[in-house]
Amino acid sequence: MDGTSIGWLALPLAILGGAIRVSTPFIFVSIGELITEKSGRINLGLEGTLMLGAMAGYAISYLSGSPWLGVLSAGLAGMAFGLLHGLLCSVKRVNDTAIGISLIVLGTGLAFFLGKPLIEPKAPPLPSIGLGFWSTVPQVRAALDVNALFFVGIALAFAVYLFLNRTGWGLMLRTVGDSEDAARALGFPVLRVRIIATMAGGFLAGIGGSFLSLSYPGSWSEGLSSGQGIMAVALVIFARWRSVNALSASLLFGGAGALGPALQGIGVTGYYYLFNAAPYILTLAIMVASTSRAAPFADAPGELKLHR
Amino acid sequence: MTAPQVELRNMTKRFGANLALNNVSLLIRSGTVHALLGENGAGKSTLVKCLVGFYHPDEGHIQVDAREHRLNSPKDADALGIGMVYQHFTLVPSMTVAQNLVVSGARLPAYINWQSELRRLAEVTKKLPFHVPLDVRVSQLSAGEKQKAEIVKQLYLGRKLLILDEPTSVLTPAEADEVLGHVRSLTRTGVLSAILISHKFHEVRRFADDVTVLRRGASVRTGAVADLTDDALAEAMIGEPVSKIVQHAPKSPPRSDIILSISDLRVNGDNGLPAVKDLSLEVRAGEIVGIAGVSGNGQLELVEALMGQRDRSGTMTVSGSPFNGTRREIARLGVYGLPQEPLKNACIDRMSLAENLALRNFDRVPLCRGIAMNYGALAQQAERLVAQFRVKAPSLTASMSTLSGGNVQRAVLARELTQDVRLLVASNPTFGLDFVACEETYRRILEARNRGTAVLLISEDLDELLGLVDRVLVMSAGRIVHEVSAEGADKRVIGKYMAGMKAA
Repeated sequence: MDGTSIGWLALPLAILGGAIRVSTPFIFVSIGELITEKSGRINLGLEGTLMLGAMAGYAISYLSGSPWLGVLSAGLAGMAFGLLHGLLCSVKRVNDTAIGISLIVLGTGLAFFLGKPLIEPKAPPLPSIGLGFWSTVPQVRAALDVNALFFVGIALAFAVYLFLNRTGWGLMLRTVGDSEDAARALGFPVLRVRIIATMAGGFLAGIGGSFLSLSYPGSWSEGLSSGQGIMAVALVIFARWRSVNALSASLLFGGAGALGPALQGIGVTGYYYLFNAAPYILTLAIMVASTSRAAPFADAPGELKLHR
Repeated sequence: MTAPQVELRNMTKRFGANLALNNVSLLIRSGTVHALLGENGAGKSTLVKCLVGFYHPDEGHIQVDAREHRLNSPKDADALGIGMVYQHFTLVPSMTVAQNLVVSGARLPAYINWQSELRRLAEVTKKLPFHVPLDVRVSQLSAGEKQKAEIVKQLYLGRKLLILDEPTSVLTPAEADEVLGHVRSLTRTGVLSAILISHKFHEVRRFADDVTVLRRGASVRTGAVADLTDDALAEAMIGEPVSKIVQHAPKSPPRSDIILSISDLRVNGDNGLPAVKDLSLEVRAGEIVGIAGVSGNGQLELVEALMGQRDRSGTMTVSGSPFNGTRREIARLGVYGLPQEPLKNACIDRMSLAENLALRNFDRVPLCRGIAMNYGALAQQAERLVAQFRVKAPSLTASMSTLSGGNVQRAVLARELTQDVRLLVASNPTFGLDFVACEETYRRILEARNRGTAVLLISEDLDELLGLVDRVLVMSAGRIVHEVSAEGADKRVIGKYMAGMKAA
């Protein structure tokens, strides 16, 4: 490893590059879950959606030759799964949590089963934009080699902010999620709004999954996900249900996830598993810190019933 | 901008075999407040829901300004300018008042420029007689301000007939006066006409012009408020001559021994924040101590802590012995309760009436010997209590959830008051009950008091409280802020303390 010219700077650079890379799926999944939760429903099944999206994206990219078509179909697969979640949870007395967890198992199982023939073949990966062109240092170039989806994610965060705060439909979504009484009194179609929000969440989670299999160096395998779908739920709470916060929170989680590999890169090989546990420790720490505050769930949509 | 005249004729509505509305007719004159009185189940909300388009009447006509209209949906009612202010607020808590106004508008705008929108809303609401801050989150408004915001919303939407469903049930006396006064002045100036659903005679007398009394779905009395006495109204509501029902047994003076003693009680609410802070009080034998306060100031948590349903810190003794809510202590120290929502808090709704009546003594002789239950004795006890307290139920084995609210309360009274009660903790015991069941409950509580029971009565209904208690404490934000004996009680002062005035 040629790190002699920059010495210890290799570590923060690696973390930066890793943060950007690892955060990209988090951005999509957390913003998707944010939209769903703003409508008053928790979708715990995003892990399954993620895997299904990864598989579908890889498959279509391989079959069609276009990675962007793969991303789109990953989104559509995720949307279909979101529709399934939404429809099942609309039935009375069905437990959202149980459905979510079952869908994790279903989604992951479907992805593995249908993805068996995809383990060997190589599909065209998503393009990345080399923002480090101005530097001659290979580490800087590697760190600033940003995947195109990352920029889409940033735009998405701001677009969702505008949607929720400046559009009539965004207000309707927030009403449905905060007070079902008020929504019904205003004649809003509560079930339909929630199903559409869950579909939107699934679409974005599918895209997040497609990143895992289509970003350089891109491959499909059964160990692709490291629990992003589940951590996204904690991330949304940490971000206080605000999409721009979710962006920064994703970067934070991404940095934590990149800690292990980055340290390995500069030669620190001890405590390998401990460092790789950093994102999960971060999740726990955040949950504890968030729940011990004075008014823990002041920003939560009222219909989520998190504080029962 | 003229207030409409609305006439309802021959309104009839059936739900299956139940005749909810039976040929009801009434006339709301233009620019007046028309009160709708009646017990629970009399048909008030059914009638009003027909008027807002939620229900379709099986028969009947609705005329607005002498033109006949069919209301098929809430949108038709909207178009006619009919709007309803509900008992439970229909404002979105996390959004500001301005956002709530925008989201409730007839058409949801695609893109909202908040700067220009706020300016427009400020212009429109400036012309209204009372003001609510536009960019404060609804969750941070007081109940009175929320009620005003609801009314502002209706006026903003251009409603001409306003229906108010028990609007003052969550307000302090001062807030209630303010809100109803505003509505009254709006009708007087011809801006709107209003229907006021209430069960409080003094409100009807002060703020309404006309009144219609419903009983079992039929209109039994209608006319100007000035022409009808309170007795006449009460008689119309319950169907029999009132004859001083409120004459209770004479009160014997309270004894000197302290039964309940609480000091430095601290209880946390569901969200982890303290709901009851350093509360201390005492109740003597043969005394009723009332705790007044607006709902949400820690009363619920206090009662749950007393009954052992919630953790607490601080000391609580009954007749000198520490009390933690264990079954043995309850039986030994005689602590029993009448909680609010008795079906949820004092009964097991899926068990039978007979079993519920035995919940206090099913593990004692004669209902139980060792591990063997004596169901014969259980049934006998149930029969006796049902006869003594006149509980109406399909049968002794009927599930508790099939009983009406009044009968659930009678069953709970029967169970609790026939034990050896030394301390009775009653929390909003008459909430949602009809007139007759209310009076019965008061009578039984007073009887218990005269027998020497110490009674702690927590109630959000100030009138009910002042009619029963010997001493009044006011609870606000988790603390006792005021104490006064019932004779020297001034409703207005109490109301101020309820609204948050700090203790002197």
